[in-house]
Amino acid sequence: MNVDVLVIGGGNAALCAALMAREAGASVLLLEAAPRVWRGGNSAHTRNLRCMHDAPQDVLIEAYPEEEFWQDLLKVTGGLTNEKLARLTIRASSTCRDWMRRHGVHFQPPLSGALHVARTNAFFMGGGKALVNAYYRSAEKLGVQVRYEAPVERIEIKDGRFQAAWVQGERITARACVLAAGGFESNRDWLREAWGQNARGEWPSDNFLIRGTRFNQGVLLRHLLDDHGADRIGDPTQAHMVAIDARAPLYDGGICTRIDCVSLGVVVNTEARRFYDEGEDFWPKRYAIWGRLVAQQPGQTGYSIIDAKAVGRFMPPVFPGVKADSLPELAQKLGLDAATFMQTLNDYNAACRVGTFDHTALDDCHTEGVTPAKTHWARPIDTAPFYGYALKPGVTFTYLGLKTDDTAAVRFGDQPSDNLFVAGEMMAGNVLGKGYTAGVGMSIGTAFGRIAGTQAAKFALNQGVLHANA
Amino acid sequence: MQTLEALTRDARALANGAVVLTAPETEVARQLQICNACRYCEGFCAVFPAMTRRLEFGKADIHFLANLCHNCGACLHACQYAPPHEFAVNVPQAMATVRGQTYVDYAWPPALGRLYQRNGLTLSLALAAALALFLLLALAANGTLWGGKSEGGFYALFPHNLLVGLFAPVFLWAVLALGLGVRRFWREVTPATTGQPVSAPAAAEATHDVLRLKYLDGGHGEGCNNADDAFTLARRRAHHLTFYGFLLCFAATSVATVYHYVFGWTAPYDLPSLPKLLGAVGGVSLLLGTAGLFKLNLQRDPQHGDAAQKPMDLGFIALLFLTSASGLALWLGRGTPALAALLAVHLGAVMALFATLPYGKFAHGIFRTAALLRHAVEKRQPNTLALGAD
Repeated sequence: MNVDVLVIGGGNAALCAALMAREAGASVLLLEAAPRVWRGGNSAHTRNLRCMHDAPQDVLIEAYPEEEFWQDLLKVTGGLTNEKLARLTIRASSTCRDWMRRHGVHFQPPLSGALHVARTNAFFMGGGKALVNAYYRSAEKLGVQVRYEAPVERIEIKDGRFQAAWVQGERITARACVLAAGGFESNRDWLREAWGQNARGEWPSDNFLIRGTRFNQGVLLRHLLDDHGADRIGDPTQAHMVAIDARAPLYDGGICTRIDCVSLGVVVNTEARRFYDEGEDFWPKRYAIWGRLVAQQPGQTGYSIIDAKAVGRFMPPVFPGVKADSLPELAQKLGLDAATFMQTLNDYNAACRVGTFDHTALDDCHTEGVTPAKTHWARPIDTAPFYGYALKPGVTFTYLGLKTDDTAAVRFGDQPSDNLFVAGEMMAGNVLGKGYTAGVGMSIGTAFGRIAGTQAAKFALNQGVLHANA
Repeated sequence: MQTLEALTRDARALANGAVVLTAPETEVARQLQICNACRYCEGFCAVFPAMTRRLEFGKADIHFLANLCHNCGACLHACQYAPPHEFAVNVPQAMATVRGQTYVDYAWPPALGRLYQRNGLTLSLALAAALALFLLLALAANGTLWGGKSEGGFYALFPHNLLVGLFAPVFLWAVLALGLGVRRFWREVTPATTGQPVSAPAAAEATHDVLRLKYLDGGHGEGCNNADDAFTLARRRAHHLTFYGFLLCFAATSVATVYHYVFGWTAPYDLPSLPKLLGAVGGVSLLLGTAGLFKLNLQRDPQHGDAAQKPMDLGFIALLFLTSASGLALWLGRGTPALAALLAVHLGAVMALFATLPYGKFAHGIFRTAALLRHAVEKRQPNTLALGAD
């Protein structure tokens, strides 16, 4: 089997690459490891794209200029980013949507409960799976060959140049190749290796849940890094990681397993003690740090505790909370030491300085004389019924990846490959060294998927001309 | 097996006067709890925005939402939790199952609600009986089904008063039964949808949504799903042809009635008379629309809707098709010896159609219109929830 461009992966970045390469005139084969029903990787769980825009644009209100987007990224990554690639991503996000629409993606105004990103994020109507479906339909219509259940085990590289990929004993050659096969978050062994053992003797990652696909095993990522010595970027413990309902399934729990009531109550660990300021900032700005916070707690477990006053003020959770008519009863139902729990709650309740509660603003309700402090939305937890939600870290995707440049080339010994490119989670760590801001994963995947597809087609078609002339 | 424990719990709850959800209702409530935590599908239709106004789903909420659902399939194909995901979310199917149950529950008189459950059989028997009736009547009046005194026109075979005497009670019964059924539905869902009365703007919006079949446009105008994840306007168009075709045929009959009683002009009418014009256009439209709907129904993704209701859907479509086809055949064959047979078949089809209207697929239009009207009322009221992120 021989094609111009081989795309390995089946999510947003892979599809963007395949579509761009096909539009440029290359023959394209896309290999998706998952069966058709599970296609699309983590993209099927996404919901929006963070977009730069200088003026209101269809579903996007006001403006979100390049500089502000960049500052947001700088802040969440703590500087662990590549400004050139970040700005490239940001600029690309301002122009890609017409192309996306041409391939069947529909945008809509923000969902209820997500108005806080009405200015910065364009929502996909129906979410990421609708986007993935649209891209596959468009790809098939344009003549992209798609194979499901086609996991690539290894690739052949000679002098930094892609030669062929091996799928279940079949050797597939191509003039150029795009790697867009995701991070390694679904690989439990690798997570264990990366996170190691903590001072308590626990293997923290054993308690992690994976919010997305089970197919991101990182086979090619490891193969490229270890067997081919590709240049690497990022730390294997860095990931998009949030605190989710501990009852979520091991894989594919997606958005609905989030717990949005943290800032309305307190969070304790298995020792029934608080460990972080629950009211530091708006939840949408803080949810992405709570995965790591919970990962650092004993048993990698936390408990979000609220009272009746919070009900109806946060997005309804997928599983009902543990409900009790008194706080000691709640502690007992959650399996927490009631005495410690009551001390924690009594201390907190006594420390609350309630001003004018407003969960839609950074209000003046705060604590005094308790550590850690709760700096906003601090109200005593005193109104039955009480609810508790057990939390565990939920990994969305890992940031360890292949180092790249503005051509999306894979690099070996700091030299770019002519014909091997990378996009999506496999290189997101170039832009996201740590932290996260909503919708930026899709911005990176779309920008670099399109670049990788274009570059791969360019190389493949030039090669074709060379061959024809030879 | 439904466990003894669950049955005992339900029995206790019933004894305490609590409202017990049926298994299909419980399934809708379970799925909506997941949907309400996700909300990706809000842009597709009215169901999801209505859902976000609620944190819990009681019986009346579920009945309301189930009838608001148009079974367009968009949310199933877009769903990250659809089977084989362990959450097994299939909203169109769960809603369709409850919808079928509501038709039975709200049927008037209640005893006839079970006609929905074996609706294929109901329609077949009704059709067979109605055909037999008219064929025998024709035979009795004409002596033969082929030729005979057909030159004398329809009324030589079936006196006008006989037809009125047969059809008027059946039609009035259908109107009464559907009216009483939907009244019960309305009374149950009104308190669950703010309880506010219908305003003119709400009525106008609901009328618009019904007449344009707004919620088969996919939210983006490219249509709903049918065979797969691709969008198509075919279903909406075929339904329009069917719906407006039916209305035109009905208008033709109504105008003819006025002609007969007010002006004393008796049938048959020919082109370019108004009844014939309405009937011809309506008949062709109904024929094309039902043919389209039948084909689309067979091509439908098997995950859409409730498989148990397929005979009801197809039976109703087939009966409408037969009505329009026999009507058009009657027009074309009126000067031939086949008139008596054609007339008997057409009248039999129409009779079966009207007799089964309150206990078949037709009810969906009535209940969905009521749900859309309640939705239009509810969405105009302030939302009592204040979710943090907003």
